[in-house]
Amino acid sequence: MDERRGSEAAPTKNPTTVERKSERELVVTRTVNGPARLVFEAWTKADLFRKWWVPRSYGLTLLSCEMDVRVGGGYRLVFSHQDSTMEFFGKYREVTPHSRLVWTNEEGDGGVTVTTVTFDEINGKTLVVLSDLYPSKEALDADSGSTGAMPESFDQLDELLVSLGSTTTK
Amino acid sequence: MVQWAQANFDVSFGALSDATRRGVLEQLGRGDASITALAQKFHMTLTGMKKHVGVLEQAGLVTTEKVGRVRTCRLGRRALQEEAEWIERYRQLWSARFDELDMVVETLKRKERGDGRTKRK
Repeated sequence: MDERRGSEAAPTKNPTTVERKSERELVVTRTVNGPARLVFEAWTKADLFRKWWVPRSYGLTLLSCEMDVRVGGGYRLVFSHQDSTMEFFGKYREVTPHSRLVWTNEEGDGGVTVTTVTFDEINGKTLVVLSDLYPSKEALDADSGSTGAMPESFDQLDELLVSLGSTTTK
Repeated sequence: MVQWAQANFDVSFGALSDATRRGVLEQLGRGDASITALAQKFHMTLTGMKKHVGVLEQAGLVTTEKVGRVRTCRLGRRALQEEAEWIERYRQLWSARFDELDMVVETLKRKERGDGRTKRK
């Protein structure tokens, strides 16, 4: 039983925005209430990374998470979903402590997608800007896999979780 | 990857199987355009472009409106909807991720404050 977060009132969340910058590029922007060095740490230490990369409501289990965060180092994430497993892997191209990460996503059929994340600290908060640059427009359009994987099953899961939540509320 | 494609595949497949038509959709994604302008852009005859637009229109990917002598094309509801839904799903994923990240960072902050005060090792 995992009820750690169930009925805790959530603090106000900062908005997440997504913009399609071009036919090949999606950009996500979000402010995190903490200094860049801690946010960077959460992106680069496997034991922290695995706590947030797969939102719990998505019903995926992260089986393993290996990250060798240095230029040329690789990462590999293995998920299980229902009866199947999925792997996501690639290499780090740039690692600038507390400010910038660039990695490749090499699991797709249509070529390599490059993810760039920047961390900008302003008054103790960090503006995170993440860009996914796909190899082609087709690859971007076809890809709900690496990111928005399986929306239908997630919707069902969400419903299930909501109904579970409402019956277990203390 | 597969799921998203499947939903749209059947109806849109014919319309999207042609490179020019995909190009027209991309172009319209940047802004409305007349058939004449599209024909010029893609180096084809007006008749040829009309045919392509007709196919896209049937698939619900493009709508056209004739004002005076100019027929203006824009992205159809279906194309817009798919794009909007896709982006929204992507946004929801990231929003959920960042909400979890908040908690990780919050824990790190607390830990740091604690360590700073007590210098515990």
